[in-house]
Amino acid sequence: MFDIVIIGAGIIGTMLARQLSFYHLKTAVVERNSDVADGTTMANSAIVHTGYDPQDGTLKAQLNVQGARMYPSLLQQLHCHHKTTGAFIVACGKKEEEHLSLLMQRADQRGIPYRVLTGQQAIKEEPHLSDQVTKVIDFYTTQVIYPWEVALRCMENAVNNGTKLYLNTEVTRIEKRETGYRVHSHDRFFDTEMVINCAGVNAPLIHDMVDAHRDYEITPRKGEYYVLDHDCTPVSHIVFPVPGPAGKGVLAVPTVYGNTLIGPNALECDGDDVSTTPQGLQAVRKAITKTLKDMPMGHNIRTFAGIRATSNRHDFIIEEVKGAPGFIDAAGIESPGLASAPAIADRIVHQFVEPRLHPSANPQAETTVQPPVIMSELSIEKQNEMIRKNPLYGKIVCRCENVSEQEIIDCIHRPVPATTIRAVKKRVRPGMGRCQGGFCQPSVLRILARELGIAETEVCLNEPGSTVLVRENRL
Amino acid sequence: MMKKYYDAVVIGAGCAGLAAAVALKKNGIEDVLLLEKDEETGGILNQCIHNGFGLSAFGEQMSGPAFAQRFYEQAVSQGVIFRTGVMVTKISPDKTIVCSSMQDGVVTLQAGVIILAVGCYERNSGAIAIPGDRPAGVYTAGQAQKYLNMDGMMVGNRVFILGSGDIGLIMARRMRLEGAEVLGVAEVMPYSNGLPRNIQQCLIDYDIPLYLSHTVTGIHGKTRLTGIDLSQVDENRNPIPGATKRIECDTLLLSVGLIPENHLGDACGIPMDPAIHGPRVDESYMTEIPGIFACGNGLHVHDLADYAAHQGTMAGNGAAAYLKNGENLSHKISVVAGNQVGYVVPSYVHTENVMKTAELYFRVKQPMEHVEIVIRSGEKVIRRMKKDHVIPSEMEMVIIAGKMLEGLQDDLIVEVHA
Repeated sequence: MFDIVIIGAGIIGTMLARQLSFYHLKTAVVERNSDVADGTTMANSAIVHTGYDPQDGTLKAQLNVQGARMYPSLLQQLHCHHKTTGAFIVACGKKEEEHLSLLMQRADQRGIPYRVLTGQQAIKEEPHLSDQVTKVIDFYTTQVIYPWEVALRCMENAVNNGTKLYLNTEVTRIEKRETGYRVHSHDRFFDTEMVINCAGVNAPLIHDMVDAHRDYEITPRKGEYYVLDHDCTPVSHIVFPVPGPAGKGVLAVPTVYGNTLIGPNALECDGDDVSTTPQGLQAVRKAITKTLKDMPMGHNIRTFAGIRATSNRHDFIIEEVKGAPGFIDAAGIESPGLASAPAIADRIVHQFVEPRLHPSANPQAETTVQPPVIMSELSIEKQNEMIRKNPLYGKIVCRCENVSEQEIIDCIHRPVPATTIRAVKKRVRPGMGRCQGGFCQPSVLRILARELGIAETEVCLNEPGSTVLVRENRL
Repeated sequence: MMKKYYDAVVIGAGCAGLAAAVALKKNGIEDVLLLEKDEETGGILNQCIHNGFGLSAFGEQMSGPAFAQRFYEQAVSQGVIFRTGVMVTKISPDKTIVCSSMQDGVVTLQAGVIILAVGCYERNSGAIAIPGDRPAGVYTAGQAQKYLNMDGMMVGNRVFILGSGDIGLIMARRMRLEGAEVLGVAEVMPYSNGLPRNIQQCLIDYDIPLYLSHTVTGIHGKTRLTGIDLSQVDENRNPIPGATKRIECDTLLLSVGLIPENHLGDACGIPMDPAIHGPRVDESYMTEIPGIFACGNGLHVHDLADYAAHQGTMAGNGAAAYLKNGENLSHKISVVAGNQVGYVVPSYVHTENVMKTAELYFRVKQPMEHVEIVIRSGEKVIRRMKKDHVIPSEMEMVIIAGKMLEGLQDDLIVEVHA
């Protein structure tokens, strides 16, 4: 019997799991995919927005500002990578400058710091800025993070505190019981007092399992991106156009590892469709020229698409489902969902969990996790100390990103283990570089098979069924 | 333990690096250290179990591993010092090298000269941005070759290949021999990018269709690949509307180009030639950072390993000359890709104290018949030669006497006329 079942191990589900793990509560996190942070959390712009954009009076406005302020200590506690890049909002001409004034007003009211630059001043700091740019606001406290690292550390923290994580477990049906719920998957069930629906674009499916009168719609919107290699650094700030009705427009984002993201567009799509399209990619290439010139698109090493869960309320939906006591929706978490995530988790705990379950704090609970060894970030002295203890730290498997064999082994044996090639890639980066795994994938595959005690033909790229090798040679 | 100083350090023990190390020793250089990231020397040749190597270098046909073995034996008998399982993570203009290994940990070495023989990597699905899903079952041809020939594992059963580069052609045959169905090879250009002998021996001999002016415009499959969209393209390489068909397959191999692997050189600040994605070098294969040399597929992509090895020898000779005589400080002129020429290596040449011969490597932009290759400096023609046909997939090499370069003032232009 669980107190709480969280459905979905994205940024919301994992942050919530961590917060709940500070209490004497029995919590399960149930995730359909083979890894945490595999949906919207894996494919987004990786920005902690400061909160100038959402309209007054919305939950988005409140939770974004609050969440962004919670990040610095959270990132420190969990040893997560981050970089304060600032965010240039770029106006071309008088009409767009008016929109900047609106953003400044909001920022003033919400206590968000910024500075104002003329087009010329801005171009000095960002030489790729378009010559059409007339005025720029820099929200200089804006940070970029590695979203799935944050989700992973939160989940590891929770697991260390006793939370149960069930991967490859798709919820098929939910039964209302006398008290609480029975959550079914294809091969087991979970009895629980409360259910928190953090299922991203699939939140309506989960909602409909307990309520036939859902009064919101979620429309998946796809965003396509290019990733540029870290051998070029065209921008040092995040660069946005002025925001429009479909979102924040096509941006350029310098990531924590020195890559550059270009995207996203915004296309309505079917449920889990994360395919890229020729039209979409072309639209991204075209749109970026509005704000930036001569971008080195030839340094592209990857394209991807992510999905945002856009609701017809145009705001986050964080509420108890009518007629389903203890069943909480956290739905419609689109941008600025990542920035708001700590505040969303906080709100769910204080508004719904505490009044219902009256949990007591667990003084034994840890608030941090032991960070993994990252050889490329250590001094040479420290590197040699590690290699003396374990020589496999000296054996570099991925030359694009400088990853040793032992770092890969480590991530397969952490509290939330990597069991697939993509899970390893998300954690320690082999395959993230310019060769895209051309050289290192066979080594990663062999290490996974060995450490997990499975056949090489059983190792998957990501989800079950995505095997890389089909059989041994005949000849 | 490794020493703190070596006269010469060669990075990469493929055929170019092995040949460079041999040349250094033959020139009387004392301490020559060869660093290799893999546990064995030979580089990519170890997975090239087909034959066709050695015709130019040794006058006989041999497999990739046998070809590499020849150079390895020469290097051993010359007294080259080997370190395998060592990844170089950084080189600096002062010729220090940082490398990492299980045995020695992270070590900083000082070299008199460095020769980069680091090889190349394959353009991949990320770089060419094929729209669609991102399932398992999409490999670069060399990656599949490694799985098959080094690890003894098959990557799929129904195979389509994008790009008619040589590794793709060789893998078409290899997978067929291993029992896979090979459904075809698509090439976006109206002519093949592989060597004519590979088209014959790997496709025609096995009835594998080659779709010229075709490309893959879609990838389908949520977990494992289920199919691709094959589209005919117009003369601007844009897909022709309505000329697309779905091909069901579980494997897509990409053979869409090789790129010299220069993250070490880039980070060191070695100036690169964007036309080759490799360092700008002179006729002795020295980069614009004195004492750092480059050769093989890490300099520019060769068509035959024999030539990469030959270039390694030349770079070794050049590095030895630098150690003995210091830098050639004479006047330099640029070498320019002229009419119908895609690129030329080297990027510039000296006009005094040049070695006995200098070599110009280049590729033409498109297939041409009955051409004249002209090498000139201003109006002065240095060399003129006729050829029946030239194609982009075959590298052209022209040797000129070193003394022909002496006293030249104007850029050296390489051009091809029909």
